Amino acid sequence: MKKYEFLDHTADVKFLAYGKTLEEAFANAALASYDIMTDVKKVKAVEEKSIKVTSKKKESLLYDFLEELIVLTDIEGFLLSKVKTIEIKENKSDFTLTATVLGDNGDNYDVHTYIKSVTYSDMFIKETPTQTTIQVVHDI
Amino acid sequence: MTIKPKKINDFTYIVEKQGEMKVPLKIFANEELMKKIEDDDCLQQGINTASLPGIQGFSIMMPDAHRGYGFSIGGVAAIDAENGCISPGGIGFDINCGVRLLQTNLHKDEVQGKIQPLLDALFEKIPAGVGAKAKLRLTPEELEEILVEGAQWTVKKGYGTQEDIDCCEENGKLKQADPSKISDLAKKRGRGQVGTLGSGNHFIEVQYVNKIFNKETAKTFGITKEGQVVVLIHCGSRGLGHQTCSDYLRKMEEAFPEIIAKLPEKDLIYAPAKSQIAKDYFAAMCAAANYAWANRHMIGHQTREAFKEVFGDKVELHTIYDVAHNIAKEEMHMIDGKEKKVWVHRKGATRAFGPGRKEIPDKYQKTGQPIFIPGSMGTSSWVLAGTEHAYEESFGSTAHGAGRVMSRKQANETWQADTLKKELEKVNIIVKSASWRGITEEAPGAYKDVDEVIEVSDKAGIGNKIAQLKPMGVVKG
Repeated sequence: MKKYEFLDHTADVKFLAYGKTLEEAFANAALASYDIMTDVKKVKAVEEKSIKVTSKKKESLLYDFLEELIVLTDIEGFLLSKVKTIEIKENKSDFTLTATVLGDNGDNYDVHTYIKSVTYSDMFIKETPTQTTIQVVHDI
Repeated sequence: MTIKPKKINDFTYIVEKQGEMKVPLKIFANEELMKKIEDDDCLQQGINTASLPGIQGFSIMMPDAHRGYGFSIGGVAAIDAENGCISPGGIGFDINCGVRLLQTNLHKDEVQGKIQPLLDALFEKIPAGVGAKAKLRLTPEELEEILVEGAQWTVKKGYGTQEDIDCCEENGKLKQADPSKISDLAKKRGRGQVGTLGSGNHFIEVQYVNKIFNKETAKTFGITKEGQVVVLIHCGSRGLGHQTCSDYLRKMEEAFPEIIAKLPEKDLIYAPAKSQIAKDYFAAMCAAANYAWANRHMIGHQTREAFKEVFGDKVELHTIYDVAHNIAKEEMHMIDGKEKKVWVHRKGATRAFGPGRKEIPDKYQKTGQPIFIPGSMGTSSWVLAGTEHAYEESFGSTAHGAGRVMSRKQANETWQADTLKKELEKVNIIVKSASWRGITEEAPGAYKDVDEVIEVSDKAGIGNKIAQLKPMGVVKG
């Protein structure tokens, strides 16, 4: 199964990310986001970062998760290589995502575009028993 | 709903009020640009904007309009500041993204042979690309000061001149800024980025004056002859601004679920003018705008240093003006015969105030404010002057750029960086970029023809042609 694919969008970058589970689709959305910035296959898995976000809805959880990553890149120059672990828990009135991600410092790579922000534009999360599809537009 | 814009004249279309619209939609475009706007599926965004509470007169789209989130890029809305609303999506993630133009006492013949060392010097002095590596390391207290004082802080610290401040929209400082309304995370992102270019479509371009259309006004702007070298700087508020927009979009989403439920697009979320969040967002947006002015001011200062390194101490660079093109401003406009306080949202649109308006510098009182419209990489950029007519037509606003027509994905598939670079070199344009792929994404063919955008602005009388600039060298973020 394809992990993600890019779609046409005039000014920004739009993609679909797939997974057998919600978690896998979230992880592939993270990978797609870094594929916008650099050749993600070349990034070495030498640094580990932990992420924890809590949000009211699945869409806002996705927004907040991707934003955490963008902030890591903006402040520390971190580039993601892979998502090592990811778990999404449904609480009474919200969702919690915990993840560990692996990657490297951006100084060592050709980084051609930087994501200004995640957006809600055209965002969706479609879940069936066997597959989850996510659509995201990043402002770049 | 099929949208059928009605042609009013050669450069204006109207979509009459229908459905939820509170005002009609006005589009400044000729037939060809109108086709591109229709193809891009962004008219609906102009119509959505027309449904915002408190919107006055018209929802407006500029000739360079294309699809955004919430508002289209190239969207303008004047919204009642007492009983209307404010919408972060009507300003954009890059708060106070804008352009600054500096004129020099150099002729293009003096610069042509030294363009490569000049670009190298600019590249060395002004960090470009991803990550935060500003030369200026700020303490948390200094960052607070910048958020309050904007570009004026940098002059106090010995960077740049008072003249730079006098020739900057709002003198580089919006008084309504409140740094306590900016999140710690946004501040953390902002601390290491003052004086950095960023990436995407941000750039510093060394250009020369190719043609002057209005000698007298050009002279007032400091553009004295064809062949004169100028420098155009395009960037914004970096991570601090992006985070501020994101923070308030999320806050409004949580605070107003009943508003979200009725919106055609989530990114069109707004806060009613009387709510605390509206007041907080406006104060935060002003602080982020101040940060952007400090940033462009520092880059202007570093540009001056790079020129002095290459051309010696005799070279002079003077700021002509600095304009914001992603911002909401509190302004007074005549509406139904009465003066009214409105928040003019300009998202990918430039203020175009004409002669006599108190907001513009004394030296431009007779000419109207200078406006700068960057073209795509390798094509013309333009200097325009604001007009009185623009108040009636567009709440004192005009276009901001060429506007994309092709996605970055398609651009990457269409061009190769090295051939594109060689093609540009053939016409004497040198590009230095933090990344190779960044070049193809910004290929000139991915944009509309900026000259056509300018023709529409000029003919509609919302920004008059003063001078056309041509590129010699580009530092791309």
